[in-house]
Amino acid sequence: MQTAVSDPQTLAAKLRLADRQAVAEALNLIDDQRPATRAKALELLAALEAERLANDGHLIGITGPPGAGKSSLLSALIDYWCAKGLKVAVLAVDPSSPKTGGALLGDRLRMTGAGQHKNLFIRSLASRQQLGGLAAEVWPMSRILLAGYDIVLIETVGVGQSEVDVASMVDTTAYVVQPASGDSIQFIKSGIMEVPDIMVVNKADLGAPAIKAANDLHQVMRRSTQDSDWKIPVCTLSARDRQGIDALVNALEAHRAHLVSMQSLTAGRTAQQGAWAIRQLQEEFGKSGVARLGGAAAIARDLDNQHDLGELLASYNARAEHLRTSTKAWPT
Amino acid sequence: MSTSKDRPWLVRTYSGHSSARTSNELYRSNLAKGQTGLSVAFDLPTQTGYDPDHPLARGEVGKVGVPISHLDDMDVLFDQLPLDQMNTSMTINAVAPWMLALYIALAERRGIDPAKLQGTTQNDIVKEYLSRGTHIFPPGPSLRLIVDTITYSVPNVPKWNPTNICSYHLQEAGATPVQELAYALSTAIMVLDAVRDSGQIPEADFPKVVSRLSFFVNAGIRFIEECCKMRAFTQMWDEITLERYGVKDAKQRRFRYGVQVNSLGLTESQPENNVQRIVLEMLAVVLSKDARARAVQLPAWNEALGLPRPWDQQWSLRIQQVMAFETDLLEYGDILNGSPVIEAKMQELMEGANAEIQRVAEQGGVLAGIDSGYMKQALVKSHAERLRAIETGELTIVGVNKFKETAESPLTQSGDGGIMKVDPAVEQQHIEAIQAHRANRDQDKVNSALNTLRDVAKSNDNIMPASIACAHAGVTTGEWAQTLRDVFGEYRAPTGIDISSSIGGDPERVAALRERVTATGSSLGRPIKLLVAKPGLDGHSNGAEQIAVKARELGMEVVYEGIRLTPQQIVAAAQEEGVHLVGLSVLSGSHTAMAEMVIDGLRAIDLGALPVTMGGIIPEDEHVALKERGIAAIYTPKDSDLNKIMAEMVDLARLAHQLDAFGPL
Repeated sequence: MQTAVSDPQTLAAKLRLADRQAVAEALNLIDDQRPATRAKALELLAALEAERLANDGHLIGITGPPGAGKSSLLSALIDYWCAKGLKVAVLAVDPSSPKTGGALLGDRLRMTGAGQHKNLFIRSLASRQQLGGLAAEVWPMSRILLAGYDIVLIETVGVGQSEVDVASMVDTTAYVVQPASGDSIQFIKSGIMEVPDIMVVNKADLGAPAIKAANDLHQVMRRSTQDSDWKIPVCTLSARDRQGIDALVNALEAHRAHLVSMQSLTAGRTAQQGAWAIRQLQEEFGKSGVARLGGAAAIARDLDNQHDLGELLASYNARAEHLRTSTKAWPT
Repeated sequence: MSTSKDRPWLVRTYSGHSSARTSNELYRSNLAKGQTGLSVAFDLPTQTGYDPDHPLARGEVGKVGVPISHLDDMDVLFDQLPLDQMNTSMTINAVAPWMLALYIALAERRGIDPAKLQGTTQNDIVKEYLSRGTHIFPPGPSLRLIVDTITYSVPNVPKWNPTNICSYHLQEAGATPVQELAYALSTAIMVLDAVRDSGQIPEADFPKVVSRLSFFVNAGIRFIEECCKMRAFTQMWDEITLERYGVKDAKQRRFRYGVQVNSLGLTESQPENNVQRIVLEMLAVVLSKDARARAVQLPAWNEALGLPRPWDQQWSLRIQQVMAFETDLLEYGDILNGSPVIEAKMQELMEGANAEIQRVAEQGGVLAGIDSGYMKQALVKSHAERLRAIETGELTIVGVNKFKETAESPLTQSGDGGIMKVDPAVEQQHIEAIQAHRANRDQDKVNSALNTLRDVAKSNDNIMPASIACAHAGVTTGEWAQTLRDVFGEYRAPTGIDISSSIGGDPERVAALRERVTATGSSLGRPIKLLVAKPGLDGHSNGAEQIAVKARELGMEVVYEGIRLTPQQIVAAAQEEGVHLVGLSVLSGSHTAMAEMVIDGLRAIDLGALPVTMGGIIPEDEHVALKERGIAAIYTPKDSDLNKIMAEMVDLARLAHQLDAFGPL
């Protein structure tokens, strides 16, 4: 049933219009690990509109422990934005079983509610990582979606590495906790203060426990963020009752505006694509391969100057090709 | 030893299909054959609060029960049946207050005092979330509707059982006897606590509420254990009502229950064997006088094949009558009292159940256990364990995994294939009828009744009086439910399949299958991605869940979204998720309509080559037509070897991508 892969330029033009069939095809292509299609995937990424990828849209990560109500929060946000006529895409990442490699993906319907939005596209993904991090495909997939959608949400279960990974792929990260669950304590203990830009206390409908969780978080935030220009807000809301959603949306928009005013939106995205390129090189050629290219830090410094994704990919390809030809003697 | 003969239980048959008129004729003929109570089966649109012309009702109207949309339908359903003399049980849950309102309104229309009405509304939402899947509203509002029905009925319809805590479907979903005891009793405690805390019932009347609570229990083939389960229920309920609710009158503490014996264990292969299964299962619930069922309904021998015909239902009715009137069962006191074996088994079950009740309570009670998925996961796990035991042969099922050789059955050789089929024209007739009904009523009265209903739903007032007023005004089932949907919202229960369970079956075959899955993933460029979907209103998700769990264990990436999807949602999911395979599950008889809509939808977006398989109760003689329509493979209850099914699905994904099939496992 594999339909012939469209040529990158045509596909990129359709992605700009959020054509559903094209989006599905492009995501399948990015996901495909066969060497022959990998090259096509890179060509497609290079064909995306660089200007848009560097400056437009909003990439948002939503993470937090299981049971915090991320799906219902996403559902509320989706309804809010779609009602405003915005195009929304979601990448929902679920853990793979370390034992079997299998995965149960998403809960699309819990996320979208009974109604369907024509401007909504959801793709579920398995993490495919032993240690709970995110699959390398998540970053290029988010770019495919950013090409045509106003808002791109990446949802992950906040366990282990994945919440750190997601923060390195998006503009704004919201961390969701559930009151009375010990989530806020866990969060404080976990030492991942650098992850969130916005804290969300869901299930405000529970009353007192929600207020307490919010107060706890306020206290910690006050201590940890004194050096930063961005004061991490704590949004208390009820996704169930659709209370407080607009305040969260305002906070998300305020964070994006803050990034723009600091001229760090584009810089952040450039850093993200550089980080992805290094990760790809590491996955294919190992740490020793990256070392032979001068080490991760040196590559990052170089790649950070390449704002244009097409240029970055060319630069990545050159490095990969160099390693491939120079390691030919060794069996892989 | 007692010498007076015990009165027989209420003899019922769960039935209804096509239309109120057809079902009425069926009821009258069943009563003429000696049935003593009615048990109404509603179709899925009615159960989930949709009128026949709603898009979600497509393919489901009149299939698994009777469609009842308004008071006139109810009137036809009980034509020539004296409401003040009937005992009517309604398997109705999310819209239970509405069906009771229609029944009360019908009594009022006929000049009968509602206080004389006798019967039962099932009205138990917990097992809907866990297994049966006809819930509509979130847990909080659902519990409020249950409480309203109870607090209205106890003073106004005092002979009615307003709620019937139902563990039947928990066993169908795989519950062990301990889980069945624990979850049913936890649910009953939740309901009684909620009634008490509602303040709608004076303290002195609370024992009356306790005495109106009834139960609906399942009985499987392990009939000695099942008999002990019934005795354990009786004893535990006596203790709970005395200790927790202080009910002094022993009569008011009686565990009153009805039974439908097990459908889970009925087989499609050698279906005649189901008759002896049904008899033995019935024995479990009538043998012990102290724990004897008050009402019994039996499935028909051919339920795993499709809808039973009147003759099939008559056979099951006769089983009850032979037991009650020919045997000497009712002449003795309890023949099990004093048996140390029975006593020990009861103790074991009660200890296990008390521990599980405690666990549920510690996690915040039943509703929290629903929302967290804890109870659902426990059931999915038990069911997976059962399937594993069947696959390995640890659990013998005659004709399925042992003694499979069989002569051809004359029972399934008749022209109708041994089952009944609903005329597909029925749906269109109902669509026209409901539209005519809406055109011919006083719309101002309807609007005003619905406005009042909306206001009441938003307040803390009891929902019943406004619902009865709606019934008289000609409001439809869909309108009543939509009004409450607007106020309460809708709920999707956790699917429970995020469990880790030990892989089923022969380890060598499983290892070989895993290798096939991995190898196919490498060839495809990414792991096999499977969409498991339940189109339509059918909430029986046990089969779909087991396929999803199995596929994940074999290394596939599985998208499963739970029940009640429209074909459009399934098609969109297949595209957005980029899956290699789609597995549909339909048990309500609407498989042809669902298959057509999904296949056509996929073709319209260039996904016509995506293999779509179908599982469910699908009569053999329809397989060819479904395959011609584009379904790649069909699985029925006869296909109990999950490894074989998965091997075939892997091959379907391979063939669709020009890879050679591996062939039989």
